[in-house]
Amino acid sequence: MSVELISYGAFFLTMALTYAIICLGLNVQWGQTGLFNVGIAGFVAIGAYVSALLTTPDTAGRIGGFGLPIVVGWIGGAVITSIVSFLIGALTIRLRADYLAIATFGVAVVVQLCALNLEALTGGPFGIGFIPRPFAELAATPLLFSLANFAVVALLVIALYFVLERLARSPWGRVLRAIREDEPAALALGKSAVGFRLQAFAIGGGIMGLAGAVQAHFIGFIAPDNYVPMLTFQVWAMLIVGGSGNNRGAILGAVLVWAIWAGSAGAVASIFPPGEQARAAALQIVMIGVALCAILLLRPRGILGELSVVSRHLGKLRRGVAAPAPTEEKTENAANT
Amino acid sequence: MQPAASARDKPTASERKPLLRARGLVKAFGGLLAVNDMSISLGQGEMLGLIGPNGAGKTTLFNLLAGSLKPTAGSIDMAGRDLTRAGPERRIASGIGRTFQIPRPFAEMTVLENVLTGAQNQAGERIWMNLLRPGRVAAEERASVEKARSLLDFVTLSRLEGEPARILSGGQRKLLELSRILMADPQVILLDEPAAGVNPTLLELIIDRVLDLNRQGKSILLIEHNMEMVSRLCSRVVVMAGGRHLTEGKPSDVARDKAVIDAYLGGVA
Repeated sequence: MSVELISYGAFFLTMALTYAIICLGLNVQWGQTGLFNVGIAGFVAIGAYVSALLTTPDTAGRIGGFGLPIVVGWIGGAVITSIVSFLIGALTIRLRADYLAIATFGVAVVVQLCALNLEALTGGPFGIGFIPRPFAELAATPLLFSLANFAVVALLVIALYFVLERLARSPWGRVLRAIREDEPAALALGKSAVGFRLQAFAIGGGIMGLAGAVQAHFIGFIAPDNYVPMLTFQVWAMLIVGGSGNNRGAILGAVLVWAIWAGSAGAVASIFPPGEQARAAALQIVMIGVALCAILLLRPRGILGELSVVSRHLGKLRRGVAAPAPTEEKTENAANT
Repeated sequence: MQPAASARDKPTASERKPLLRARGLVKAFGGLLAVNDMSISLGQGEMLGLIGPNGAGKTTLFNLLAGSLKPTAGSIDMAGRDLTRAGPERRIASGIGRTFQIPRPFAEMTVLENVLTGAQNQAGERIWMNLLRPGRVAAEERASVEKARSLLDFVTLSRLEGEPARILSGGQRKLLELSRILMADPQVILLDEPAAGVNPTLLELIIDRVLDLNRQGKSILLIEHNMEMVSRLCSRVVVMAGGRHLTEGKPSDVARDKAVIDAYLGGVA
């Protein structure tokens, strides 16, 4: 296997894993809690810009540029996005799913317009460049640079996965699912739906912000055009393809859909003449749409559907193998005997 | 089986200490008064029936008592503590648990997880406790699982504990809902039509379990159209019609009451 191929593989997986982080955030909001966030791009953008402002060197004519370490940028991006998500959630979380979708879409549009017009803070349409990249000293050897970045992002995804799995399989995760399934019933059991929904929204938003920060440092440049509704569509497709409600599904879906996206971009470049490539790029969206339709038809719950037993303590406490799924008639009889 | 006799053996309404009390409740939906100046009192350990024709306002009254609706006027208190403006999530902490007319299981969660959701004041429901005090969370969860399993034994759903709740039949869903609220140890249980759509064999099981709960000291308010069930379970029945308190008394007496018969035949608008 050539060095270039390994290098490209590492680059491809690093990008896919940054999307996996966004997907994990969406899984907390939608997969576990049923919060219909259609403004993902906005939350990713906030994390990216906050981290860029914290870590880039001082630049004439632009606010920020604190030159802080990359890790501080990542943490700052996640924390600030989480706080912003909490504040947005405090205003919108009581809305019904479809109205929450409209509200979050509006938030994303506002964030993108702010990024475009607040030139003194965001660099306007030209964005922010020279964002410090992890292992920049290895840039001369692309293979090492790509592998080192891949290792860091992979470790971050693994750590995030374990923390989120722990939470999903805890009583906290159980309450989120109960609220998702039937809010009035959860309320009748004493669960404060607004409080839990707000927590899930803020945590999911914070994770999206972290992903934005990681992506910004990996690419080294950000601009408002990176945070358009297409990003939101891609991430939704990733979660649905992988399996909503399943953290492994979120990661798998991100890698698969990113593979379709990158693969179709390569195909467009090789099949169509240069003059037609801009128009032919729309085929990438068609490819994701087809994949989405195929998954919804063949596996409506995604490739890895949600697991039915969620408490992490039940594995140790199981008192026997559950009976095979009975039919309606059988279950009625079971209770009667 | 002589459950009606056991109910009659209990103290009369006037001898019981009131536990849940609603006074002068009014609920208006626009110009419609669904509940109009309704007062009701449930005594400690009492099993009280609430009957009335369709549209009488029973479920609206239930929703007011359970906190799902806020009253337009009137007050609700539990053991002397005012709950009039408290939301549904605060009612269960005050000792009031409810079931729904159409059961509302968490369909994609397992039967056991459904019951576990009823546990109150769990440290594991706070994010940071799962990360910082996993030992405490695990200990609480072990105790909750043990209790949930004993409740599933009580409602005979044990062997389905690992199955998603969506596969349960209508009657089993009612039993699941009952076990779910029992996880919270409520003093008062509001049962909304537990017999509706349930086959006769399963209905016997539900009646048996409700009687058991009452013997354990739970106070129960029961909405039910099945008069035979009401007669077997309740020593006192309140009749509603047109959103108002029509009459109350022993089941056998109210069944013969002319105003009640008129109401069921459409005599009260």
